[in-house]
Amino acid sequence: MQLCDLSALELTIKIRQREVSAVEALDSSLERIRAVDGRPGSLKPGQLTAEDQKTLHAFITLTEERARRQAENVDQQLAAGEDPGPLAGVPFTVKDLFCVQGTPTTAASRILANFVAPYTATPIARMEAAGAIMLGKVNLDEFAYGSSTESSAFQPAARNPWNTSRVPGGSSGGSAVSVAAGEAVLSIGTDTAGSIRQPAAFCGMVGLKPTYGRVSRYGLIAFGSSLDCPGPIARNVSDTAAMLNIIAGPDSRDNTAVTLPPEDFLEKLESGVKGMRIGLSPDYFRIAIPDPQTGEYCQQPLPEEIETRVRQTAELLASLGAIIVDDVPMPNTRYGIPAFFVISRVEAASNLHRFDGVKYGYRTPQKMTDLNKMYRLSRGEGFGLQPKLRILMGMYVSAAQYSEQYYQRALKVRAMIRRDFEQAFDKAGKYQLDALLTPTTPTTAFSIGDIYGDSVLMQFADQLTVPANHAGIPGLSIPAGFDGQGLPIGVQLLGPDFSEASLLRIGRAYEMATTEEAWRQIKPQVLR
Amino acid sequence: MTEYEVVIGLETHIQLNTQTKIFCSCKADSWEQPPNTNICPVCTGLPGVLPVPNEAAVEKAVILATAMHAEPQSLSFFDRKNYFYPDLPKGYQITQYDRPIAVGGYLDLPMPDGRTRRVTINKLHLEEDAGKTKNEKGKRYIDFNRCGVPLVEMVTNPDIRSADEAAQYLTRLRQLLRWLGISEADMEKGHLRCDANVSIRPKGSAELNTKTEIKNVNSIDAVRSAILVETERQIREVESGGEIKPWTLDWDDNRKSLHKMRSKETEADYRYFREPDLLPVHLDDDWKERILADFPELPLARRQRFMDTYALPEYDAEVLTSERSLSEYFEAAAQAYGGDAKQVSNWLMNDVMRMLNDANIPASQLRLRPEHLAEILKLVDAKAINNAIGKKLLKKVEKSGKSPAEIVEAEGLAQVSDDSAIREICQKIIDSNPAEVESCRSGKESLIGWFVGQVMREMRGKADPQMARQILSELLKQ
Ligand SMILES: [Zn+2]
Repeated sequence: MQLCDLSALELTIKIRQREVSAVEALDSSLERIRAVDGRPGSLKPGQLTAEDQKTLHAFITLTEERARRQAENVDQQLAAGEDPGPLAGVPFTVKDLFCVQGTPTTAASRILANFVAPYTATPIARMEAAGAIMLGKVNLDEFAYGSSTESSAFQPAARNPWNTSRVPGGSSGGSAVSVAAGEAVLSIGTDTAGSIRQPAAFCGMVGLKPTYGRVSRYGLIAFGSSLDCPGPIARNVSDTAAMLNIIAGPDSRDNTAVTLPPEDFLEKLESGVKGMRIGLSPDYFRIAIPDPQTGEYCQQPLPEEIETRVRQTAELLASLGAIIVDDVPMPNTRYGIPAFFVISRVEAASNLHRFDGVKYGYRTPQKMTDLNKMYRLSRGEGFGLQPKLRILMGMYVSAAQYSEQYYQRALKVRAMIRRDFEQAFDKAGKYQLDALLTPTTPTTAFSIGDIYGDSVLMQFADQLTVPANHAGIPGLSIPAGFDGQGLPIGVQLLGPDFSEASLLRIGRAYEMATTEEAWRQIKPQVLR
Repeated sequence: MTEYEVVIGLETHIQLNTQTKIFCSCKADSWEQPPNTNICPVCTGLPGVLPVPNEAAVEKAVILATAMHAEPQSLSFFDRKNYFYPDLPKGYQITQYDRPIAVGGYLDLPMPDGRTRRVTINKLHLEEDAGKTKNEKGKRYIDFNRCGVPLVEMVTNPDIRSADEAAQYLTRLRQLLRWLGISEADMEKGHLRCDANVSIRPKGSAELNTKTEIKNVNSIDAVRSAILVETERQIREVESGGEIKPWTLDWDDNRKSLHKMRSKETEADYRYFREPDLLPVHLDDDWKERILADFPELPLARRQRFMDTYALPEYDAEVLTSERSLSEYFEAAAQAYGGDAKQVSNWLMNDVMRMLNDANIPASQLRLRPEHLAEILKLVDAKAINNAIGKKLLKKVEKSGKSPAEIVEAEGLAQVSDDSAIREICQKIIDSNPAEVESCRSGKESLIGWFVGQVMREMRGKADPQMARQILSELLKQ
């Protein structure tokens, strides 16, 4: 086992006790990156080689020099008897959707390929202040618009470490990949419809979408501003809690960041699940997909392997003292994607307005005097297919004559989804749940190229994760074994607002009870 | 020929005089700063930034709403108004749409003929300003300094019926804004901007016809002129069988003419939706109470009270309430004086206001405090000093900051009312001016004034001039 394969908590203890240095930990990560990552994503990728298909391509920008300076700084602080912070020396990656001062911040789009951020996003600043070492910026779907990382303008896009012919999920694909392959110990992603939880599930990692507002969005390039949540991706629940400790909390630069006092998510992490009420809902064991020909909704059951894993997880939790509540109705779950389609695109189209070629980012090289033509060409050449589709859809459904029919209606659906959760979690209600246990994804990692191009079908990969974004509640995805093809299966815990501590506690109880299971010992394909 | 009346609605943008911009911590005021020197990632819309509302802007808007008799809303929202323009760095403006900070209200305008015209307000909303674009030699330059400056947009209903009323509305609004201390309200500097919507109709008709919108008018006179020019154009157009089109017009103040900026046949779709980056504005009773704790008496009410309480003529009351600190100065002086308030008004309007104009300061910044003015008036009343010395004292107090009594004492300015002292000087003047004495005695009685002047000069202004006159006429009659 290499240093880079240790958990964040194990590694930082070794560094703080000066058993190993932060620079050694960094070198271990860099060595792993060189071994498995292959070439970074680029705007001019050329032909995809056989070698490319076996490597991971998690990174867009590796910030090795910056990382080295930081690691040396941590070591100096320790040598001087100072405390470099609770994550001292822990290497982490950043989804390339966060601004970090002096580094390219691309959003995986041509339109921002030349943008160097002049300031640092709050969660990243907090990680660095806690002594963590930023390795670089990792790949994602362009502007986070996707669930496979395939839509990045920086190719080759990230691949799944468990099987490099599979997608890693998305949009925080690079984040999940880098942690799963031991390139980084932690990563910060964002979740707008499942963009942390789904790639975490596909890559066998732990991913947490915190309560909306729990983690500041300042410095995060917005997708759907009312849905976006920055959050951790880690190899285990304890590391996830440790990272949340650092990045959560009020921020005077984000009006929507909650003002609750800081909480220690590690404190009661291992107090077990005795007496906790955990629900199962039939509405999370089937998915609704529109028929491509007729547009009619057809209900489909989930693959049996996935449902079985969720039920086995429930049984295990019951054996640990949890009370399992069956048949909790969540009737509006199936409207999550259509409502998301509308709301996220309205916000996305507006959020993309600022990329106009005037101030920063890409501007068409063609000389011209007409302003509107400059806008059209800059945006036309700078944006990839996904942003364009979302702009068109967003403009359409928020237009004066359609807004009532689409946007306003979607907001009502959103409120109904929220009500489903409120009823399930109501302490005086029928179910009184502490958490709802569901699958994270309707499938395990699909093959590269299989779904890409079908924006609607791709969107339905988020069907089981998006309700939490609508409702603003936290959701935790933890690995729960593998399917018959050796691909990770994730299960999801959803809880009421600010219940991250409970969700992490349940996740940790499950983790502790399964440590010895055979599937826990399996390594990703690229590390075998 | 048909008689027409003009129907006018005014849309004003009021720049609030907060310390910082509405959503970031840049200074709000960039007057005369070089382009793009008062900016930050937030107000220039860099990727990833978020707005943080400035409570002071909300508070000033609530004060204005209250002064306009509008209803501040306990819950209001910010919205995005989406459009592309180079000086709008986010590609949307954060504004308020269907749930503004305040609705309704009115402003009463006392008109010269004694009537009061009430102009009703549709709504007031908060928003951020955009930057400035300048076209020069085929290039377009953008200055983001003004981005994020807090504005209140206040829209009247189409209640205004003449260019004069429109001018009066702006005059009264400007007075009110300064009175409340929420805006510098300087039109030339763009602190108060006005667009006028103008239409005409046959007098007596109640219909609202197609209107044109006049933009870029940056003085009250320009608003008046532009409305007059546009009203005449519309009448000419209609009279000659033409049709009024919903144009947007640009006022050229040098040529005193309007030209068409664009046709407004179809309304632009700004795709408004709630700004997800900002929480709703909850204006609870506590906060409102705190905001309005020092809410002042308003100018028109004070004007009326000055007429009622101090028996001032309307003209005096109007002048003294033209500006808040002047009105407060007057009232403090009148109370300290306790005598005829008209005396205080006279001294203020004639002498003190000249001092204010010369020094270009508000009354609150005078070293000559209201108590000083009252003291001077009392000294004059008591004949301790004469009127002329009193007026000189105003300047001496202002210059030195010393009290009037102190200066009178130190400089020996007390009026001489001692008969024998004045008589001695009078005799001296008569003795040394035999020719003037002669012509005075032979009937040119107006020369008495010249003799008084000579006595005052000899006594360095301190003599009681009435006493001097009396003694002189006594001596000259002999
Ligand atoms: Zn700023």
